[in-house]
Amino acid sequence: MNDIVPGIDDDVLSTAAKWKGEGREVALATVVTTWGSSPRPVGSQLAVDGDGNFLGSVSAGCVESAVVEAAAEVIADGKPKLLEFGIGDDQAWEVGLSCGGNIEIYVEKVE
Amino acid sequence: MKAGTLLAALDAREAKRQCAFVTDLESGAGMLLANGKAEGALEIGDALKAEVDAALAKGQSRLVEDQGRRVFIKVLVPAHRLAIVGAGHVSQYLTTIAGVAGFDVTVIDPRTLYASPERFPGATINHDWPDDALIAFGLDRNSAVVTLSHDPKLDEPALATALKSDAFYVGALGSRKTQEQRRERMKAEGFTDADLDRIHGPVGLDIGALSPAEIAVSIVAEMIDVLRPEKKGYGKS
Repeated sequence: MNDIVPGIDDDVLSTAAKWKGEGREVALATVVTTWGSSPRPVGSQLAVDGDGNFLGSVSAGCVESAVVEAAAEVIADGKPKLLEFGIGDDQAWEVGLSCGGNIEIYVEKVE
Repeated sequence: MKAGTLLAALDAREAKRQCAFVTDLESGAGMLLANGKAEGALEIGDALKAEVDAALAKGQSRLVEDQGRRVFIKVLVPAHRLAIVGAGHVSQYLTTIAGVAGFDVTVIDPRTLYASPERFPGATINHDWPDDALIAFGLDRNSAVVTLSHDPKLDEPALATALKSDAFYVGALGSRKTQEQRRERMKAEGFTDADLDRIHGPVGLDIGALSPAEIAVSIVAEMIDVLRPEKKGYGKS
């Protein structure tokens, strides 16, 4: 549907399905809550494969790498994770949100 | 999430139907509600069902509390649809830019040399007369119509059909003078001023657009402008 910006939001789920159909391991990350100012709205998604390739976005690029790391664990043990990122968090100094908001991201494996 | 559930959701979106994934964030159990049918391991009671219906009605994903657990409702909304009447230069840019912005675009022009797959790769093309083509398109609250042919023979039947529909946006290319002349002709056909006030013309937000690409940007901006009035001003204060 969109060849110009690969991985825009609309394509995340079809990409996840396509990857799964090719026999790749896949996890889906979804923004489930936001407080204050946050770059992507609730419901925004990111698909990650077993090699750490990802498509979509859950922030303005601030926390994607941490989500991809968590996705590797979710793919390995099959257990979903709920991640929290924010300015009040110790992790904020490493991967936190530039805009001062807080977000929760749910990561689950596509079985 | 089960791969089968994901495929069922994609099928629903392809068929232009809304659907919702409901996931218990503690247990990971989920279900898909599509086409009035629920499938999946998660049991949902009446209270949660009401929350899902409310999220679907608003077209917005949200987190809810249900019986002491946190449940996420992910709403999948089909893409907004745009019918472009006239397959000229601005239409080529509008097809691309609206497509990038997430609109599902159909190009309508009986002139087959203009509305060709070479000029509009990836778009749905209809060579019927615009009023018939728009009836086949099935205008609804999720649809926008933009007339760009410069030819009243093509544009006006399309606008007449659009004004009888629930389309959320109706835009028409042309100068103020062209808009006034059209208004008089369409009033003579029985349209009221209130009907004709629905037409955004000259089309597009007033951003000083000159080139075909810039005009296309201004049209996409105006469609978004009328789409979510409740979000306007957010983060600007």
